[in-house]
Amino acid sequence: MNLTLKIWRQPDASSAGAMHTYELSDVSPDMSFLEMLDVLNEQLNEKGEEPIAFDSDCREGICGTCGLMINGDAHGPEVTTTCQLHMRSFKDGETITIEPWRSDAFPVVKDLIVDRSAFDRIIQQGGYISVNTGSAPEAHSVPVPRDDALRAFNVATCIGCGACVAACPNGSASLFMGAKITHLGELPQGQPERDTRVVNMVAQHDHEGFGGCTNIGACTAACPKEIPLDVISQLNKDLRTAIKHGH
Amino acid sequence: MTGARAARTTIALKLGMAVSGFIFLGFVLAHMYGNLKAFAGQEAFNEYAHHLRELGEPMLPHEGALWIIRLGLILSLVVHVACAVALWRRAARARTTRYVVKKNTGVTRASLMMRWGGVTIFVFLVWHLLNFTIGKVNPQGGATDDPYLLMVDTFEVWWMTVIYLVAMLALGAHLHHGIWSAAQTLGWTGTAAKRQRAKTFGFVVALIVSVGFSLVPLAVLAGIITK
Amino acid sequence: MSHDSHDMDMPDTVTSTEASASGSLDGDYDDAAGYYTPGAPLFDTKAPDVPIAERWQTRKFEARLVNPANRRKLSIIIVGTGLAGASAAATLGEAGYRVKSFCYQDSPRRAHSIAAQGGINAAKNYKEDGDSVHRLFYDTVKGGDYRSRESNVYRLAEVSTNIIDQCVAQGVPFAREYGGLLDNRSFGGVQVSRTFYARGQTGQQLLIGAYQALERQVAAGTVETFTRHEMLELITVDGKARGIVARDMVTGAIETHLADVVVLASGGYGNVFYLSTNAMGCNVTAAWRAHRKGAFMANPCYTQIHPTCIPVSGSHQSKLTLMSESLRNDGRIWVPKNQADCDKDPREIPEEDRDYYLERIYPSFGNLVPRDIASRAAKNVCDEGRGVGPEVDGVRRGVYLDFSAAIERLGKKGITEKYDNLFDMYERITGENPFEVPMRIYPAVHYVMGGLWVDYDLQSTIPGLFVTGEANFSDHGANRLGASALMQGLADGYFVLPHTIRDYLADGPFEEITEDHPAVVEARESVKSRIDHFLSVNGTRSVDSYHRELGNIMWEYCGMERTETGLKKAIDLIRSLKDDFYRNVKVLGSAETLNQSLEKAGRVADFFELGELMCIDALNRRESCGGHFRGESQTEDGEALRHDDEYAYVAAWEWAGEDSIPVLHKEDLVYTAIEMKQRSYK
Repeated sequence: MNLTLKIWRQPDASSAGAMHTYELSDVSPDMSFLEMLDVLNEQLNEKGEEPIAFDSDCREGICGTCGLMINGDAHGPEVTTTCQLHMRSFKDGETITIEPWRSDAFPVVKDLIVDRSAFDRIIQQGGYISVNTGSAPEAHSVPVPRDDALRAFNVATCIGCGACVAACPNGSASLFMGAKITHLGELPQGQPERDTRVVNMVAQHDHEGFGGCTNIGACTAACPKEIPLDVISQLNKDLRTAIKHGH
Repeated sequence: MTGARAARTTIALKLGMAVSGFIFLGFVLAHMYGNLKAFAGQEAFNEYAHHLRELGEPMLPHEGALWIIRLGLILSLVVHVACAVALWRRAARARTTRYVVKKNTGVTRASLMMRWGGVTIFVFLVWHLLNFTIGKVNPQGGATDDPYLLMVDTFEVWWMTVIYLVAMLALGAHLHHGIWSAAQTLGWTGTAAKRQRAKTFGFVVALIVSVGFSLVPLAVLAGIITK
Repeated sequence: MSHDSHDMDMPDTVTSTEASASGSLDGDYDDAAGYYTPGAPLFDTKAPDVPIAERWQTRKFEARLVNPANRRKLSIIIVGTGLAGASAAATLGEAGYRVKSFCYQDSPRRAHSIAAQGGINAAKNYKEDGDSVHRLFYDTVKGGDYRSRESNVYRLAEVSTNIIDQCVAQGVPFAREYGGLLDNRSFGGVQVSRTFYARGQTGQQLLIGAYQALERQVAAGTVETFTRHEMLELITVDGKARGIVARDMVTGAIETHLADVVVLASGGYGNVFYLSTNAMGCNVTAAWRAHRKGAFMANPCYTQIHPTCIPVSGSHQSKLTLMSESLRNDGRIWVPKNQADCDKDPREIPEEDRDYYLERIYPSFGNLVPRDIASRAAKNVCDEGRGVGPEVDGVRRGVYLDFSAAIERLGKKGITEKYDNLFDMYERITGENPFEVPMRIYPAVHYVMGGLWVDYDLQSTIPGLFVTGEANFSDHGANRLGASALMQGLADGYFVLPHTIRDYLADGPFEEITEDHPAVVEARESVKSRIDHFLSVNGTRSVDSYHRELGNIMWEYCGMERTETGLKKAIDLIRSLKDDFYRNVKVLGSAETLNQSLEKAGRVADFFELGELMCIDALNRRESCGGHFRGESQTEDGEALRHDDEYAYVAAWEWAGEDSIPVLHKEDLVYTAIEMKQRSYK
């Protein structure tokens, strides 16, 4: 395959960036998208041009490190992570536009790399159950209905990649937050902190500069783990309950 | 306790939009019902319009109930618009560098039209009030003290009907996404089935409202409703 | 870190109950003579001399306490935020120490523990099927082919039950039964059901639990996180670990971080093979820098190779993906009998021209032989030229894993229910539908059992340097059992280290060190000059090309099967490649910004030195044991042959300097609670 790649390049957070065009030939359809970029980087290095910086780590779709806006879709045309996207999803001769996640809460660090530490700070505000090591009761002392545990698991599969924010026309992180709120809210262990959790996490979300949700649903369509919109409903409900409880 | 911390979040803004939106929904449904009285003839229609002013009498003064409703609607409008503007501004600040290429995969057109659609509806609302309520302008220069005649005169002018129909299209789209969105914001759609139901409900109600409102002007234009 | 680990391990049939195998050595071999200097024997002095079941309780009691008021004055650096690192950071933060946590990823949540699929073992005996602490201990030692330290393994089994309690309380959504209680499955061929799991994403769920506990401490102000920071040097003062030099990978700033104690939880070094199931960033630098400062590296050649990975599709391949080994329960493994058939459509190769080689060679275990045997057999048939799939560098490296018989038996629906996500994953990566065309698989490096030597307290040979998780060597011997890596990471971080580290910290407060201390300055300057060197070479080859070549050497000569001649050749090749690297590498960009080539250059430089030591260790260990096979040590019918009389020791290597050969210290493995046995699969 031969491709034309239009890629955002930006030397660092404070410099201006621009789209650059590269031609790449002999791309194998069996390559992953990131391996295709590896090959391009190898060629750039050869020519004395600094390779394109992009994030990736596990390259098996679970760590959540990678994430590119590919032809206007977060993680590209398939429902998966960028690292699990393969070149057979593209056509020979195609022009591919590659951009970093665009969100003011995710500032660009370099080229295609963004800073997603805002997600960590949201978790710090309550995305946990407070239990010190060693103080846990016997695991079987609290049964959890199987369906609740299953739902908690399904939404806990969020990998924190940020595709929801990248895809959202409002730049909201509601799907990310909702997934955590629902995960912990489904379990009996998560109940004591339920009100404070949602209020503090949403407050931090707003403070980070993410937009508000208008229930468009671009997030769930982009989510490589297919986290459903239900979690945003749950998030809203928990916040409404917290208001009722005087928080 | 953080006092009103929860009430200052973006989700609280959305709750404001959802509640005020539902108030509007109740209003447009009632309004549409009233409009359809046009098919029952001049007398029934004018009777209805007149009755609105007498609602609640003698407990309330003349036009008392009407004004309470109007104030409620004005308040809802203020809340709805204020929240929308706040969320709009937030969204604009949340992404100051735009994508070169951006698709909206898996997204309905209606959901992306909420803001400009809302503006369209607002502009129409002003126009509409000038036309029928505050200004009472008869484009054919006829009577303005008879609601039925004013209506028929208005919709006999084709471009007035077109404006009206465009507005109803915008309203339909707004409700199509807005109703399900409000249900989601209120936390009523916690499962896939409930979500689907809310979306279907939103679509059906939007269809009823836009078609219901459009029937009367179309009927006038087609000569079914006449003076 | 680990992945799914359906290790069809160790059947209970044993051929010999003696400590030594039947085929003892014909003479005294010292294959590695000339490559190392013999050193003094090594002992673990921390495990109390009491019966094994009482050792941990005794040690916990004997370990001195630190007054809560003093904890605030004591600082701890933890490198790595996987299960071992994040759990330790959270626990020590809760205890009130000042903790600094470092990771190279952009968030602690991305450490490679997250990729572990299968599950976590714990001796809860919820199934009442005869499990116990002792049985988990026994299975783990036996699984490790009697090359792990029994005290550590027993403790691991003992605290395993606390892990489950802790994780459930944190909200880890383990699979449950209809009654609401936790579900267990049997895993890795063991006969009890002791594996707790969260579908195929157990590692993810456990790591997120630990990550959330860590972030809670960040909010509480006890832990400070340094993401996108890479440890590049260990600071030792008067022989004690007192801090690290780290590079801020965004700004390029070389930072000095001082503390009273340093914990390395930096994971494994499988990426020395270039292609592995590890994440792209997994590296040995933190551990290797500590090794160069005096921490012994133990059993570096112990590598686990997983037989069911998706094969390499071309020279562009950057990493390998594991598929659950459970696939071997229903799939039949074969290659064509004739080389000429290798590029044919497999569906057109008639039954009589197929070689179901595992079923042929191991009729009783067939496709379910242990990992190492399955892996080696696959390599052998491919080396014979009977591999299938795309030709990469002139060789087809892949064998068929054929489900057609199972599909006929169970129906497409039955297979879908059992393996759905795996079939999807395979199709996404290869573009082939395994319902129609047989899957292709090939072994890949997956986990390393070797690592920095630690005593019972998890302290290395450098006082004040503790090592946890995959980065240390202690618990898995020569082969890791499925679902045990997660157990070890969390056991170390939540329940072991917090107790043992306090005994060391009880000596505090320690002497104040400043950034201008000569040892600190020296460490910082050495980091800077190394970076300057990489950027100034301006040669012709990229870092990746060197890494790939090193990986090929390691895979070829220090992979599944090793021989004396191969290993010696590998050492020569590595040495000359390393020379060339320092003279001819091309790293563009500057040190003052994010520079991924520069990051990789430092890591690959350390992989060269590690790779050489791995080969020397493999050369010295003239026995087939656990996950690895020495060509010179096999039974008459070609099976692995262990030599307990010669090699029942931990090989702990000491760095002797840039131009010197390493020093070998042996820690004899003494089993008091278990008897050594030889395994057989025929």
